[in-house]
Amino acid sequence: MSAGERLLKRAGLYKYWSLFRIRLLNGLQYRAAAVAGMVTQFFWGTMEILIFSAFYQGNPEHFPMQMQALSSYIWLQQAFLMLFDGWSCEQQIFELITSGNVAYELCRPVDLYKLWFARSAAFRLSRAALRFFPVLAVASLLPAPYGLSLPESPAAFGFFLLSMLLGFLLNLSHIMLLYILTFFTIDSRGVRMLTSALHDLFSGAIIPLPFLPGGLRAVAEWLPYAGMQNMPLRVYSGDIAGAALIRGLLLQLFWLLIFCALGKWLIHKALRRAVIQGG
Amino acid sequence: MKLYFRYLSIHLRGMMQHKLSFLLSSVGQLLNGATVLLGVYFMMRRFPTVAGFSYQEVLLCYAVVMSAFSLAEVFARGFDTFSSMIGNGEFDRMLVRPRSAIFQVLCARLELTRGMKLLLSLFVLAYVVATGNITWDGTRIFGLILMILGGALLFSGLFLVYAGFCFFTLEGLEFMNIFTDGGREMGRYPVSIYGRRLLRFFTFIVPLACFQYYPFLYLTGRTDDIRFLLTPFACFLFLLPCYLFWRFGLRHYRSTGS
Repeated sequence: MSAGERLLKRAGLYKYWSLFRIRLLNGLQYRAAAVAGMVTQFFWGTMEILIFSAFYQGNPEHFPMQMQALSSYIWLQQAFLMLFDGWSCEQQIFELITSGNVAYELCRPVDLYKLWFARSAAFRLSRAALRFFPVLAVASLLPAPYGLSLPESPAAFGFFLLSMLLGFLLNLSHIMLLYILTFFTIDSRGVRMLTSALHDLFSGAIIPLPFLPGGLRAVAEWLPYAGMQNMPLRVYSGDIAGAALIRGLLLQLFWLLIFCALGKWLIHKALRRAVIQGG
Repeated sequence: MKLYFRYLSIHLRGMMQHKLSFLLSSVGQLLNGATVLLGVYFMMRRFPTVAGFSYQEVLLCYAVVMSAFSLAEVFARGFDTFSSMIGNGEFDRMLVRPRSAIFQVLCARLELTRGMKLLLSLFVLAYVVATGNITWDGTRIFGLILMILGGALLFSGLFLVYAGFCFFTLEGLEFMNIFTDGGREMGRYPVSIYGRRLLRFFTFIVPLACFQYYPFLYLTGRTDDIRFLLTPFACFLFLLPCYLFWRFGLRHYRSTGS
């Protein structure tokens, strides 16, 4: 047992770590799907960059980002899609709740919030781990300004990693809220559709946030969705730096704490009044 | 044909038994279509033109492709979800019935919730027709209908190829999404903005440009050559190889045994 694992054991988190590892190894088995996914993501990235460069060539003065920063943004987005998208969730957890089988989970000596959090993390990480490297490798071979550039500076790269971690956790805590809300609504589709539309628009999934009109952009930058994708992807190329970077990181942390607290509170409430349907 | 309408009414009545679920899925489809539309809107608000095309012209492309795609999704959805039909043995049961397999797959799924996206795109289309500066004479209206029809057939053909692959792989192949979903997403803008090479690919291999780009040139008065208006017929022809591929797959089909 390594020192890290001993530490986890003392903190009472070792069982979640084990489950996380099992699910991660499980997820890493789907290699053929990953190859197909990579091809699709590569195509998608190319298409997006061709669209944006057509806009750029017509009116470079209206472009709110550097073309190179935008290309890096798109390639990182495609490579790490599975970490940042708004829809990847463990379908089984929704089924557990609606079918009532969640009762079995409750018999176990585990904290449901941590358990599901670890499970979702493993699900996303395993899928991202299989895909991200080839996409980044090919993208970095493309000619400037259409490929993936090196990070703006070593510091920017460090902040990128930090912001990526926060964004990943924020996405997970957001998905956790969706799981937990299912206790109250039973049919989760309505809420999920709404949040996935908001996520698409305000996390910079469809178009990067700088391309939104001024007023809307100002609002969007404060929303939790901005921290879920927009932040890390723009930090990488130095599009967000200085005071804006610090503010953005703090905002990510702020929303992460809010979402986790809210999720824990809601699950506590839900389990106290839980009525398991059927047998 | 009578049989098809029987199926249609069964699907409709079945759907109406779960009104809330139908409504929710429809709203979801609508939101999904609306966010993509907003993306185009925000881009065109910032930039007056893209590669020489105006906002109205881009919207026309978007509306045509979205209408065509949703039409194909409503009616040919069975092929899009074909792997599940093979997986659970539903398709084996179809093979023993005295009707053509294609007909039965078409009847098996009718995704009416996707109709919401169709409504949205028709709404956009109506907006473009009403406010754009194209004078809509009989030829142009005929061309527009031909574009949407050709597009719907093209996407249906792609779904058919996708289903044809399922005979061999039993699983759906994600890379086909490049042509179906990818085609839809590319169609947001006139195909020529992607450069000459992709334009050629989407003319001669997958004739996306034949229903979206060339007739569009005629509609917007960029060319006077009436032949451009008739290119959607290439999409009709495209169905033939798709059908042959499906037949080829069907002949090599072995049941999953479930």
